[in-house]
Amino acid sequence: MTVAGWLQIAAVFGAVLVAAWPLGHYMARVFQGEGTWGTRYIQPVERVFYKLAGVNTAKEQTWLAYTLAMLAFNGVGFLSLYALMRMQAVLPLNPKEFAGVAPDLAYNTAVSFVTNTNWQAYSGETTMGHLVQMAGLTVHNFLSAATGIALAIAVTRAFARSSVTTLGNFWVDMTRATLYVLLPLSVLLAALFALSGVPQTLSAGIDVTTLEGVKQTISLGPVASQEAIKQLGTNGGGFFNANSAHPFENPNAWSNMLSIWSMLLVSSALTFTFGRMVGDIRQGTVLLIAMWALLIVAVGVEYQAETAGNPLLVQAGLDAVGGNMEGKEVRFGQAMTAMYVAVTTGLSCGAVNAMHNSLTPLGGLVPLFLIQLGEILPGGTGSGLYGMLVMAVLTVFIAGLMVGRTPEYLGKKIEAREMKLAMLAVLVLPLAILGFTAVAAMLPKALESLANSGPRGLTELLYAYSSATGNNGSAFAGLNANTPWFNTTLGISMMLGRFAYVIPVMAIAGSLAAKKKVAPSPGTFPTRGVLFIGLLIGVILILGGLQYFPALALGPIVEHFLMHAGKTF
Amino acid sequence: MLTHLRAAAVMLVLFTALTGLAYPLAMTGVAQIALPRLANGTVIQRDGTPVGSALIGQSFTGDRYFHGRPSATNTPDPKDDTKTIDLPYNAANSSGSNLGPLSKKLLDRVAADISALRQAGVAQVPADAVTTSASGIDPHMSPASASLQIQRVASARGVSVQEIGDIMQRQIEMPFLGLFGEPRVNVLQLNIALDAALPKVAG
Repeated sequence: MTVAGWLQIAAVFGAVLVAAWPLGHYMARVFQGEGTWGTRYIQPVERVFYKLAGVNTAKEQTWLAYTLAMLAFNGVGFLSLYALMRMQAVLPLNPKEFAGVAPDLAYNTAVSFVTNTNWQAYSGETTMGHLVQMAGLTVHNFLSAATGIALAIAVTRAFARSSVTTLGNFWVDMTRATLYVLLPLSVLLAALFALSGVPQTLSAGIDVTTLEGVKQTISLGPVASQEAIKQLGTNGGGFFNANSAHPFENPNAWSNMLSIWSMLLVSSALTFTFGRMVGDIRQGTVLLIAMWALLIVAVGVEYQAETAGNPLLVQAGLDAVGGNMEGKEVRFGQAMTAMYVAVTTGLSCGAVNAMHNSLTPLGGLVPLFLIQLGEILPGGTGSGLYGMLVMAVLTVFIAGLMVGRTPEYLGKKIEAREMKLAMLAVLVLPLAILGFTAVAAMLPKALESLANSGPRGLTELLYAYSSATGNNGSAFAGLNANTPWFNTTLGISMMLGRFAYVIPVMAIAGSLAAKKKVAPSPGTFPTRGVLFIGLLIGVILILGGLQYFPALALGPIVEHFLMHAGKTF
Repeated sequence: MLTHLRAAAVMLVLFTALTGLAYPLAMTGVAQIALPRLANGTVIQRDGTPVGSALIGQSFTGDRYFHGRPSATNTPDPKDDTKTIDLPYNAANSSGSNLGPLSKKLLDRVAADISALRQAGVAQVPADAVTTSASGIDPHMSPASASLQIQRVASARGVSVQEIGDIMQRQIEMPFLGLFGEPRVNVLQLNIALDAALPKVAG
């Protein structure tokens, strides 16, 4: 680890904070229907959208209607994306003349992009034509992120309002998230990526003759526009197979910092939006502090593990100074690679600028564990906030049990109904992650897909199901996930992780919105101080640790000790 | 539910037109006009023909050129498309090795590369010199990795070590403000500079 490395890390965190504060306030104004700088230009477009879609903006929805609207939107999105991929051979803008995508892969990919996972069982530059990349994948990069933001805003309103039955209108929130937040930021960001050297063309690629006289085919495409929303919406589905490690997605140190900054931005800003909407900015700030405290520790552990390197290679004669460089690019350096690895998994982004499967055992443990903690550090756009609010509710409940007081959070009494629903949501994740991993580990057909044997093989499976269920999308790549078994079960995991999680959360929101907001009494557990931050972090770690520690012990942890014992596979 | 489905379908069509067509096409139009070189992949021309992209590494095997890092990219086997064959620096199918730290395959490969370098008289082997990159088309290597090859390139071209060393030193890119980024050498640009400084007659 170097001082220069830590200064780069600090610079990016600082730049996120500087932008997240005004963005958070701006989003609060947007979703509360207050005028902003863009209203004059965007509102006419917005009105046309509502008119054509038959949306009555004055009519707010109950939690159930809101959720059904969200499910209808995602269902229609899934079907149309599936159809687009299946039919790409007969559609235009397919310069490399790719065939239609196979049914199991098209199903998996459609689920993947609709749920904001962006798990990719295919190689971008050899499977998807430009039409699918733009009118299919880019669209869902926007809409899945907007769906997440809308849900987070609905849950926020449950805490902000008193004795009401409605949480807002899904169509309005989703439309505003796209038109006022994601699209303007994407235009800005795509321009910055293009300036740093990311291509933006409709050409499929060029053939060059190298200095030694060999033909090299270089794939191209409309990369910058997709890269912008891929990072901003915590999607993470790359245009190219190597994702953000590909020099066209991420050409230099500057674009790399921009990538990290943009993926952290919206999820961090939403905590300020939350604070402002519930009328106490500090309530949002404490959530952000808890998220970032864990994330910064994770960056440090990652950085340390990767600069310590692989002792087996050092024994073979490699200079130890550079750390572990297998699966990494020279231009980023260890510090900004480590930060990328931790941030992309603390968020549910899943873009990668290094190959996670070649990380050291502890370097691979960090992203895996961050995903398993529930994608709340600070998590996906929107999904991170509502995930964190579930943790906050659990925390006040546990604190209430310890001292024998009725738990309250932001003036809302947390009772049996909310706790049952919260547990239902939280328990979906280990069921899919551990359940499917256990089955896959017993199936000879699934084991044929492994790229590595020994503990790393188990980690490949565990990582795949964690990533899918957590809607992350990064991979211990090398595992051949493009098989009917993996396409089907990972698709199910992604749906469970997104919808089976958020439906109970929306039910909690409906139940809380109906409660009267009570004024804090001397018996109320304060949720705006250091004590609460500490308890919240404790609950997150204990919950994640208890559920996944046994599986992690058989994967990366045992691998770490085997590495130092000199065992190879 | 029917009103939801109608709204869903209409919204999807509208947002597809806006974010899936208007947005990327407008960005393409602006980029093509404002940044034609960058938007089309930063292609390097030599004597009027494209020889590569400044951002994409390419494979070098001859002794007259500096070699980039090992690459793990491959291509479908023309005889059996369920299998793949190695094709280093395949810029149409980027990928890493995805070998874990305990992988025998990785250790054998690195050990073989190190012993080849040792035989050529190299003492310290920098981390990036024998490890594959994440994309398989990493355009850079560390200055230390480049230094290892000066001797070989100099003797292949029949010029002094000093001369090759000077050309290499000039190609080192340093971190911005001494902080952001890593010291690195762009292998393709270094080799183009070599050819420009030392026309073929010399070799």
